[in-house]
Amino acid sequence: MNRIINLITRQPIWIFVFICIVFFSFSSPYFLDIRNFSNILLQASTIGLIALGMTFVMINGNIDLSVGATLALAASLAVGLQPQLGIMGAVLVGLLSGILVGALNGIIAWKTGVDAFIVTLGAMIGVRGLVFIYTEEQAFYAYDLAYSDFGASSLFGIPVLALIFIFLTITAHLVLKYTIHGRNVFAVGGNRVAAKEAGIRVGPHMLLNFILIGFLAALSGILLSTQMGASTPNLGRNYELWTITAVVLGGTRLTGGFGSIIGTLGGVLAIAILRNGMNLLQVPSFYVLIILGSILIIVLCIDKRFSEPKGVGA
Amino acid sequence: MKALLDSFKPGFKGGEISALQFFGKHGISVAFVLCVVIFSLSTQKFLSTDNFLTVVMQASIIGTIALGVTFVVIGGNLDLSVGSLLSFATVLVVDLHDKVGPGMAILLMFVFTLLIGSVNGYLIGYLRLNSLIVTLGMLSAIQGITLVYSGGKNVDISDQTNTWFAFFGREELFGIPVPAIIFIVLGIVLQIVLLKSGFGRKIFAIGGNATASLFSGLRRNRLVFSTYLLSAFTTACAALILGSRVMGSQNNVGEGYELLVLAGVILGGTSLLGGSGSIARTVIGVLILAMIQNGLLLLGFPYYTQWLVTWVVIIVAVWLDIAAKRGKLFSTY
Repeated sequence: MNRIINLITRQPIWIFVFICIVFFSFSSPYFLDIRNFSNILLQASTIGLIALGMTFVMINGNIDLSVGATLALAASLAVGLQPQLGIMGAVLVGLLSGILVGALNGIIAWKTGVDAFIVTLGAMIGVRGLVFIYTEEQAFYAYDLAYSDFGASSLFGIPVLALIFIFLTITAHLVLKYTIHGRNVFAVGGNRVAAKEAGIRVGPHMLLNFILIGFLAALSGILLSTQMGASTPNLGRNYELWTITAVVLGGTRLTGGFGSIIGTLGGVLAIAILRNGMNLLQVPSFYVLIILGSILIIVLCIDKRFSEPKGVGA
Repeated sequence: MKALLDSFKPGFKGGEISALQFFGKHGISVAFVLCVVIFSLSTQKFLSTDNFLTVVMQASIIGTIALGVTFVVIGGNLDLSVGSLLSFATVLVVDLHDKVGPGMAILLMFVFTLLIGSVNGYLIGYLRLNSLIVTLGMLSAIQGITLVYSGGKNVDISDQTNTWFAFFGREELFGIPVPAIIFIVLGIVLQIVLLKSGFGRKIFAIGGNATASLFSGLRRNRLVFSTYLLSAFTTACAALILGSRVMGSQNNVGEGYELLVLAGVILGGTSLLGGSGSIARTVIGVLILAMIQNGLLLLGFPYYTQWLVTWVVIIVAVWLDIAAKRGKLFSTY
C-alpha cells in the first residue's frame, strides 16, 4: 500500500492520464479506438521529442527556450535545401543546424556563466530572426513526394513517426537511469558546486545536454515537416512553452535535480489526450487553451502540496 | 589597447577599477552611447529630433510594460503573461469603445486587466507557486479568454476620426507624441517609487533574500501580489496606447511581447535572481532595442536582422555584467 501511495505522490500525472482516458472513453464513442490512440501518439511525438531533451536540460538545472525557433530553422532547411542537396542532404543539414544551435547555447552558457534562461531567450529571438531572413517569410513546400510519404507511412499499423518517438523515449529513459551521464545529470542539477568538487566536468556535461536538445528539436521539426510536406517560418511558435508545460506536468522540478522520462511521457500524453479528447467532443479550440492553462496551474498546486516539507513557513 | 586587454586579466591591479568592472557597472550606458555613435556615423537620418522621438514612440509599448515587469523581476519573480494580457486588454478596450463609449471602455479595461493581474499575484504571492510556470499557464489561459471574448474575430473601432480615444496613441503634446509622454512620465514616477518609497525598498528586500525579509517582518505575500498588480497596470497603459494607435486589434497582437519586454529588462541589468535592478536602466535597455531596430531599418537591413543583433547584444551585456561581479571574463566550471 505504501508503495502505491509513494508512486502516486511521485507520478501524479499518470493518475491524471488514466482519469482522462476513462473520462473521454465514456464521453466520446470515437476515443477508445486503436487508430485514435496511434493518432494521439503521432500528435504527441512533436512536442514529446523535444520534451525528452528538455527533461535532461531541466533536471540539469537549466532551461532551453530556443527549441521552437530551432525546430523552425531545421524544418526550413530540410525542406528548403531539397532542390540543391536532395532529401538526405537537406535533412542532414537540418539536423546539423539543430546541433549547432544547441552547441552554441551550451558553449555560451558554459564559458560566460550567463544563466541558460537568458542565453536561450536570446537564442530564441535570434534564431527566429535567422529563420525569417533565410525563408524571406515564405513557406516552403517539399516537391519530392517521397518526403511527405515518409511522414504518412506506418509500420504494423503504427505511424513511423510515433515509433521513432517511442524508440527515443525508451532510449532516453535508459540513458537517464542507467548511464554515468544520466547520473551526472541529477548530480549537476542537484548541486552544481558539489558536482564540480566531485570531479564532474560540469561545463562540457551541460554542453552535451544542450546539443542533445538541439538535435531533438531539429529532428522534431523535420518530422513535423514530413507530416505536412511543408515548412513555415512560424513553425513551432510557443512550442517551448508547451514542452516546458509537459515536462513540469511530469514532475520535473524547475530548480533541477529531480525528474524522470516516465513522468515526462505522462505529461506529454496528458496534453495530447486532452487535446485529442476535447477535439472529439468538439470543444472550441479557444476553451482548450483556457483548460490547458488552468490544468497546468492546478497540477502545480497539487505538486506543491505533496513536495512541500511540512512545518516550514518560508 | 594593451592596457585595456590587460585589465581583463584576473590579476590586474592597474587602476582603481579594471576595465571589466567599468563595463560591468556602466556597460548599458556605454552600449547606449556606442549605438548612438555607430548609427549616427553610418546614416545621416538617424541623428535628428524627429527620429529620436520615433524611437521613443516605438519603444513606448514594450517600454511601458517593462516598467511594471521590472518590479516583478526585482521582487524575484517572472511575468510571462504580459504579452497575452496586452492582447486581452487591447481587444477589450477596442471592442468596448463602440459599445459603451471610450471613457467607460478604458475604465472596464483597467478593471478586468487588474483582475487578471491579481490572479497572478494571488497564485504567486499567496500560494507561493513558481512564477515561471504560473505565468506560462496564464499566458495560455488569457489567450483563450481573449479568443472566447472576441469569438476569434478581429475587432475595430467604427468611427476612427471622431473620437478623443485617438489622443493616447496618435496625437502630440508640445510636439512630443503622447505615447512617449505616457512612457516617460510613468517611468519617472515608478523610478521615484522604486528608489524613494518604503514599498520600493521592500521589493528589493524580498527579491534579495526572501527568508531574511520574512524574518524582518515584511509581508512578502502582499508585496509580491502588488508587483503583479503593477505589471498588469502598466500592461493596461500599454494597451491604451496600442488600441488608440491602431484603432483595432487582432487577438494575438501582443504575442511574443513578453520576451521582448523581458529582454529589455535583462538588458537594463536587472538580475533574474531578484534583488537588484533599476527603472532608469530598464528604460535605457528598451531604448537600445528600439534604437537597434530603427537604425538597422534606416541602414536598409531586412527587418529580422534586428532580432539577430538583439541576441548578440543581450548576451554580451549580461556576460559583462556577470564577468565584472566574478572578476573574470570566463567562468570556471
